[in-house]
Amino acid sequence: MRQVKVLGTGCANCRTTVRLIEEVARERGVEVQVEKVERIEDIAAAGVLRTPGVVVDGKVVHAGGVPTRDAIAGWLQAT
Amino acid sequence: MTTISRARPMAGLALTLRRWPQRQPTAFLLVAAAAWFGLYRTLLPASEALVAWLPVERASHLGGALQFFLYDTPKVLLLLTGIVFVMGMVNSWFTPERTRALLAGRTEGAANVMAASLGIVTPFCSCSAVPLFIGFVQAGVPLGVTFSFLIAAPMVNEVALTLLFALFGWKIAVLYLGLGLAVAIGAGWVIGRLRMERHLEDWVRDMPRVKVSAEASALSLGERIRAGFTAVREIVGKVWPYILAGIAIGAGIHGYVPADFMASFMGKDAWWAVPLAVLIGVPMYTNAAGVIPIVQALLAKGAALGTVLAFMMSVIALSAPEMIILRKVLKPRLIATFAGVVAAGILLVGYVFNFALG
Repeated sequence: MRQVKVLGTGCANCRTTVRLIEEVARERGVEVQVEKVERIEDIAAAGVLRTPGVVVDGKVVHAGGVPTRDAIAGWLQAT
Repeated sequence: MTTISRARPMAGLALTLRRWPQRQPTAFLLVAAAAWFGLYRTLLPASEALVAWLPVERASHLGGALQFFLYDTPKVLLLLTGIVFVMGMVNSWFTPERTRALLAGRTEGAANVMAASLGIVTPFCSCSAVPLFIGFVQAGVPLGVTFSFLIAAPMVNEVALTLLFALFGWKIAVLYLGLGLAVAIGAGWVIGRLRMERHLEDWVRDMPRVKVSAEASALSLGERIRAGFTAVREIVGKVWPYILAGIAIGAGIHGYVPADFMASFMGKDAWWAVPLAVLIGVPMYTNAAGVIPIVQALLAKGAALGTVLAFMMSVIALSAPEMIILRKVLKPRLIATFAGVVAAGILLVGYVFNFALG
């Protein structure tokens, strides 16, 4: 089970990112738990300058803009 | 790959074309630039020919309006696509992380100029304003310098400049660039001078300091081209309806409405026009593309240039939703100072235009 956090104050790009991650995970048969982090204090604490930010298993893997499907697949696959 | 090509030749070709920019980025850029210029040069004759072919009199109001619309729409969209693509590539060198590292630990003055200039080329989305603000302050970027960046980034950007250039000419675009930078530099410098660090919310002030280094992102040319495509899809894909509306309004005015309609109450002689424009513009929020239809309508009806530019700047640079977001990191006094200083700068720009230069 992979713990994925999407950091963002709730703009359209953040929602799209959550949906994309869930879609890609379903396609690849990867179990994920996606959590949306909307508190500004928590986003800042992660050290992300641009939203949406994506944290996989405690590591920041992405900041700014909707990630590509290939990139998401890469994060979910990597161990 | 070969089996795909044999089974479905069109799909195979499409795939090859899709991968081509990644495989031969330099060749792709050259061919794309040549194709772009070729298209641009054929636009005017093509729109003339189209209007001539339509069953309307060229010299009539409708003919003039149609010609304006048919020529300006592809021209503006082509210009915007080209510039957004190039800026998407340029942006991949100037990430906010790198800009922060470039500004960290500098003293105010020259750093305000640098911050405002970097604001033009650093990609910025207003929904990232707060994380960006905190990230800058944490890294030791002075407060006033952070504000210079935060004011310039949304206000002076490639979309605003391209649209001003395409619709109103290069002089207005350059003026907007210069004055926008001046407001961002001046306002940031004033805020820095006021020493308002204690008006940051306490939790922001107490965040641990971070050390940052300015390593350039090591992307290949192919990846930067991909960033250019992404920018075109995201930006042009979002703003084109506003641009069409702006051009349609422009075309309508071009053909029908007499000029000087607005001149009486938004002309140069009305001293209260600039403050009123700023007052109306501050709570409004839309992006650079959204305000263009209004600017188009105001200018064409004889409103003074300074008044219209002040309106445009206050709509883009200051907005009620932005204040609400910034309230999470700034205490009320600092927000009020920020809004006041920026509004004063914009007001000054409007007056300088209308009286000194006009």
